[in-house]
Amino acid sequence: MDEKEKLFNSGILTGERKGAIKPPKELWETKKNGLVVIECPQRIPCNPCHTSCPTGAVKPFEDINDQPQIDYEKCTGCARCVAVCPGLACFVIDLTWGAEDKALIKLAYEMLPTPEEGQVVDCLNRFGEPVAKGKVVKITEPMKDKTLVVHVEIPKDLVMDIRAIRVV
Amino acid sequence: MRETEVLVVGGGPAGLSAAIEAASFGAKVTLMDSDLALGGQLIKQTHKFFGSKNERAGTRGFKIAEELFKELKEREENIETFTNCTVTGYYKEDGVVSCVKGEDEYFHVKPKKIVMATGAQERIIPFPNNHLPGVYGAGAVQTLMNVYGVVPGERVLMVGAGNIGLIVSYQLMQAGVKVVGIVEAMNKIGGYWVHAAKVRRLGVPIYLRHTVKEAIGDRFVEGAVIQEIDEKFQPTGNEKKLDVDIICLAVGLTPTCELLWQAGCKMSFVPQLCGYVAQRDKNMRTSHPDIWVAGDAAGIEEASSAMVEGRIAGLGVVKALGYGAPEEIQGRLEEYHMRLADLRGGEVGAKIREGIALCSVESWEV
Amino acid sequence: MKLIEKHPILEYKHGRLVTFTFDGVPMQGYEGEPIAAALHANGVKVYRETPIRKQPRGFFCAIGKCSSCFMVVDGVPNVRTCITPLREGMKVETQRGKGIVKMDL
Repeated sequence: MDEKEKLFNSGILTGERKGAIKPPKELWETKKNGLVVIECPQRIPCNPCHTSCPTGAVKPFEDINDQPQIDYEKCTGCARCVAVCPGLACFVIDLTWGAEDKALIKLAYEMLPTPEEGQVVDCLNRFGEPVAKGKVVKITEPMKDKTLVVHVEIPKDLVMDIRAIRVV
Repeated sequence: MRETEVLVVGGGPAGLSAAIEAASFGAKVTLMDSDLALGGQLIKQTHKFFGSKNERAGTRGFKIAEELFKELKEREENIETFTNCTVTGYYKEDGVVSCVKGEDEYFHVKPKKIVMATGAQERIIPFPNNHLPGVYGAGAVQTLMNVYGVVPGERVLMVGAGNIGLIVSYQLMQAGVKVVGIVEAMNKIGGYWVHAAKVRRLGVPIYLRHTVKEAIGDRFVEGAVIQEIDEKFQPTGNEKKLDVDIICLAVGLTPTCELLWQAGCKMSFVPQLCGYVAQRDKNMRTSHPDIWVAGDAAGIEEASSAMVEGRIAGLGVVKALGYGAPEEIQGRLEEYHMRLADLRGGEVGAKIREGIALCSVESWEV
Repeated sequence: MKLIEKHPILEYKHGRLVTFTFDGVPMQGYEGEPIAAALHANGVKVYRETPIRKQPRGFFCAIGKCSSCFMVVDGVPNVRTCITPLREGMKVETQRGKGIVKMDL
């Protein structure tokens, strides 16, 4: 087994896989409010990303074990799936945000301490290593169920690395 | 002697569902649980459940428990509930069940039908000093922190990367406890990949092909040594000492089946379902005509499927008691069977499907 | 007591605070919660000693099935402290060995 497969087997996404693909580049770079990035590379019985999607961007599941398929044209970056996904596997990444070298990530947060808007937090990669500082732009609680969706401004070149924050 | 139509043993997700379903057709139900509160493991689950809307996907486990309690309350005229009450025996000669309330009040119940929803118990693995306080089952750690708000320890080694090990690691972090690492003997996590990704991105290492070699300490855990193992599970010599005060065992569960043995139900050893389980027909009836089984007691699976199995067993019981319109019962059964098939349809469900095939019978009728 | 004061998801509802003793030492815990949980919150980890090798045992399964947390409560041995509710004034003691039931015959 190669190194990449070993990492994947321990919960680290390596490259693109079915259920974990990047949005199409051109649309992504121009879509205001961002597009969803789902990292759900295993068939499991779960479909709230589809049932909660207000625009039908997450396509209907034929079998509940199917991995999500996305119609990116319909995705508005609303981040409802980010708040709902039991696997915390949905992220919204807005490449149109802020300055040229910045982007915005909307991610789910269920830890303490609770960040505050304007606060600078550690941005963690898939290994939990701090790779950048990011500024919290906005915090919402879409489902009113204590899962927060935190909007963080991050370096654009790290949009496929940063997947969590640590409030320090 | 106390008499009841339906005795449900165990008030976890399966037992609650069975009791509610049976009571919804007018059956008189007695629900017993050995714990201080109903809800089984469900009340400890802070994560959102998978599945579809029918299984309340996207809702946290403890919230699902609250919804079940509400349903139970709506049926309270038909359901009598006992907590802190352990069912200790089943007498085959006359179908009498013995119970102990607390530690000293002993009494008998004679039910017409029984649903065994006794759940599961934690497995333990052998390693030196595994007896030390601080080596805790994952369910126990959840009970301490999520039910009673007690800090289980400062630094935790999690043993096992199945769903329970992964979820409890995440829950420990929510409670402010440091998870030093997760060891997993296999070369792949056993739980849902997304659960692993959740803890990894918060900095918890998962050591595949590793196991706990020993616990360090005299009166309680003061550290742990983990070691790498090869594909034959033999140590490679690579070891690492970890500074921990809790070694949390999430090395699997095994169905609680003593009462089923006592009742003489036909049992099968099914590794895919993690131990001995009762043979059952499609509607969860065992070889004993008055006994049904549901949930982890019927094979280790998920709470979502336990709830559906409980509903099926509850329907099986009311059907046998002659309650309800047969078409209505049949309609509900078909729907629940479809849901179960969906839940078990994926890659992780393959093992369950195999296991169930090994202990299912077409029908007990001759 | 070592309690989780703040949790991102859960809110804890504790009952009345009561006093009990562990091996003669007064401690506090919540009424109706398991004796074992109250002890753990007070930093007590060893609940009994095994009969022959005198090894320490503590909390383990928390569902009343494993026998690890047996203690002497109000003079009664082999009490499953993980599923026995705490009451005001309870006398909880480390169980050494098998425990002897005192019988008035």
